Amino acid sequence: MSEIIKVGMADLKVCSAPDGLTTLGLGSCVGIAMRDPVKGIGGLAHIMLPDSTIIKDNSNRFKFADTGIDDLISQLLALGANRARLESKIAGGAQMFAFTAKSSSIQVGARNVEAVKAKLAALRIPLLAEDTGQNFGRTVVYYPENGSFLIRAVGKDSYTI
Amino acid sequence: MALDLNNVSQQYFDVLKEIGNIGAGNATTALAQMLGQKVDMKVPQVKLLDFKEVGSIMGGEEQIMAGIYLLVEGDITGSIMFLLQEEAAHIFVNQMMGGMGSGNLEGGFDEMELSALKEIGNIITGAYLNSLSMLTNLKIYPSVPDLSIDMAGAILSVPAIEFGEVGDKMLLIQTQFTDEKEIDGFFILVPDLESYDKIMHSLGLA
Repeated sequence: MSEIIKVGMADLKVCSAPDGLTTLGLGSCVGIAMRDPVKGIGGLAHIMLPDSTIIKDNSNRFKFADTGIDDLISQLLALGANRARLESKIAGGAQMFAFTAKSSSIQVGARNVEAVKAKLAALRIPLLAEDTGQNFGRTVVYYPENGSFLIRAVGKDSYTI
Repeated sequence: MALDLNNVSQQYFDVLKEIGNIGAGNATTALAQMLGQKVDMKVPQVKLLDFKEVGSIMGGEEQIMAGIYLLVEGDITGSIMFLLQEEAAHIFVNQMMGGMGSGNLEGGFDEMELSALKEIGNIITGAYLNSLSMLTNLKIYPSVPDLSIDMAGAILSVPAIEFGEVGDKMLLIQTQFTDEKEIDGFFILVPDLESYDKIMHSLGLA
């Protein structure tokens, strides 16, 4: 019997197929799904902020795009994934409130997405698909077995990327 | 003293509780006037929660909520959010519109209902900010409110990220309005670092 493992805010989990991973109600945060397709080993990280180096208290590594992705990879490797085969999909980074304020924290969704992409590119991990931005929340479910990344939003049919 | 939410003082809790009490009291009065009927409230609870716990207190991360969010400027800067479950938002809106609305208790809100909901949020957060301003003698100007109806987790990500820049916990004030049925409202006040100092200072606590 396969299990769906829940990943909280500023959290990350890894698993092996046929188990899956989910994170509920992603808003401006970004969910990063990653797997080794041959081994069926995958992980899901739920990051909140783009950059650990500009925050004083950065002890919670899962909270940031940069350190969160580093830790996601090391946990996948520890479970037996092959670094060279890793591939990713991402979702989230919405702007939940429409007003354009001068505060940069308002655009944090877009900055999160940008930071995640830059980090993946720097590590040469292919980004196969994304469903990011816009103004709605997303629940995601990731299946390392086939790499499907299911997305549910309020008032929309669910879809897979 | 900088704001360290991981070691927040009992004093700050008490201050917030008091602000929450008076603010919610004023909000209840304003709400009763607007709805044209009696509304009671219970003593608010102030909670300091891990990010992971925040969604569950509102009925799960996927619970559909109406979130009204506005920025605060003046002597203190930051943001304030007021949240209601979708059904509670419908109850308030239906009462405010006095039968002119759809009367729905679930599903989406039409244009008129959205604007009524924004007004409710405006009045409630306004009453809350007024109390804070009166207690501290600080000038506080709220921005135009913005509204989002979505999953609790997604709406809460906005203040959570603001708290996330200084720690791993979030402060929440839970108020229960009692009408024919109990309605939970949640306030989240995010003062920036200097504003926290100013609030404590003006109250003679720093």
